[in-house]
Amino acid sequence: MTVADTQRGIEAVWRLEAPKLIATLTRLVRDVGLAEDLAQDALVAALEQWPDEGVPRNPGAWLLTTARHRGIDRLRRHALAERKHRELGHDLQALEMEVPDMEGHLDDTGLGDDLLRLIFIACHPVLSPEARVALSLRLLGGLTTDEIARAFLVPEPTIAQRIVRAKKALAAKKIPFEVPRGAELSERLSSVLSVIYLIFNEGYSATTGDDWLRPTLCEDALRLGRIVAELMPDEAEVHGLVALMEVQASRSAARVGPSGEPILLLDQNRARWDPLLIRRGLAALDRADRLGGARGPYVLQAAIAACHARALRAEDTDWARMANLYAMLAHVAPSPIVELNRAVAVGMALGPEAGLAVADSLVEEPSLEGYHRLPSVRGDFLFKLGRRDEARIEFERAAALTRNAAERALLTARADECTRPT
Amino acid sequence: MLIVKANADSEAGKMPPLELVQAMGEFNEEMVKAGVLLAAEGLKASSKGAKVKFAPNQKPAVVDGPFAETKELIAGFWLIEVRSKEEAVAWAVRSPMPHGPDRESEIEIRQVFDASDFGADVAANEQALRDEIAKRKR
Repeated sequence: MTVADTQRGIEAVWRLEAPKLIATLTRLVRDVGLAEDLAQDALVAALEQWPDEGVPRNPGAWLLTTARHRGIDRLRRHALAERKHRELGHDLQALEMEVPDMEGHLDDTGLGDDLLRLIFIACHPVLSPEARVALSLRLLGGLTTDEIARAFLVPEPTIAQRIVRAKKALAAKKIPFEVPRGAELSERLSSVLSVIYLIFNEGYSATTGDDWLRPTLCEDALRLGRIVAELMPDEAEVHGLVALMEVQASRSAARVGPSGEPILLLDQNRARWDPLLIRRGLAALDRADRLGGARGPYVLQAAIAACHARALRAEDTDWARMANLYAMLAHVAPSPIVELNRAVAVGMALGPEAGLAVADSLVEEPSLEGYHRLPSVRGDFLFKLGRRDEARIEFERAAALTRNAAERALLTARADECTRPT
Repeated sequence: MLIVKANADSEAGKMPPLELVQAMGEFNEEMVKAGVLLAAEGLKASSKGAKVKFAPNQKPAVVDGPFAETKELIAGFWLIEVRSKEEAVAWAVRSPMPHGPDRESEIEIRQVFDASDFGADVAANEQALRDEIAKRKR
């Protein structure tokens, strides 16, 4: 093994421990930034010592002990320099205390609590959504700033600055390191879930060529989701989000054509859907249902995704159920996009006339102005109803609005189809 | 994929001792909590299995177990989703000794192909094949 191999091996071990390590240290020093610095110090020490001494039997405990000692050194130096004994006294005491639970099992309840607190603080609403994403990937996903920057196609200093600012904001606003309770919990949890889903979608919407790194964001998001699901096993929406991501991820291989063009869900080769991820998704959905969470927005979206996953062929899709699920989703999370999807499902379940009626109600919707799918969906219904002149106008409008070349070609072809004699 | 190689005990169909089952359960739980474990299975002895052998210009031959080459056989696997080979190694190192603390064991680590490994060519071929099949159906 080369030195570089050894170093990568040590970094991999550190990454496995980093979230728990940072979580425990944050509880001790009450500052995410300092906690992360100390965890980094421990990595440096490991890179110095492990090549000679070997990886310790309990690397997590070793890293925590080392980080604590580094922290004590730092705080003492700081205290001497600034004569702020009293203020730093608490932190010093916390670090000097023995942490017996770390010596035994790595995964006892206390540690889980710390990790959960870290998740909630990284996704705190005082931070901008971009900052929450970057901080979560950094602290919980174990990604370097460089990896995050490459994944989001932004310069590294931008991400580095975003993370530094986020940590400062958390310190300045004295955000407590705790799991929110009661009424606050659901609001804060929904912030956590939306951060995870944002990461997932960032990876999912990137499909081709130069973007090869981005799909790993889907895996990072899935991993985070699964972690939260284990930490909060009674929260139906967490399982709903995991189910949604697993089922969507199951289609990764089928949703891009040979030249990188997107393939619409109903045209995908279902044999290429990953049955393991579908099974995991359906199991997570089942868990959510058993918790009585059948009406949460993520659970409903997962149920819709599962509807597709359960159909062996596109024509087997249970559109009536789908239309019903979209109606429930529109009720708990009203949005014109959801309504448009409902129109499609209604059209499939009850026929183009019923679908068109739903779609027509959206024509005046300002947020859909400029969105190509509305004319595209209406065009399809009008075409099926034999109103070809109107259909052609809709397809042409949709073709002019889409930014995707493959889609434009498809829509133009459909517009042409309308002028052909029947 | 972390693959556990068979040994004489697993091939004899001996059930692992309770402590080992417990230790494995804890290890699995740790991987679940870390969000990396996708699937895990233990395999019965090869005496319960069979082989299908293929040779050029011959019909497939079915051979029932057990098979002699114990060390080449597998006794179980974990399918994990991690970012690097190093991370997979780090997890494997944490495993309890798969056949118990008084036996030699081996875990083989292999990477699973995903669609991106095949590149555009294979995808294009597959598309061509699908088009061909669709044409014939008509």
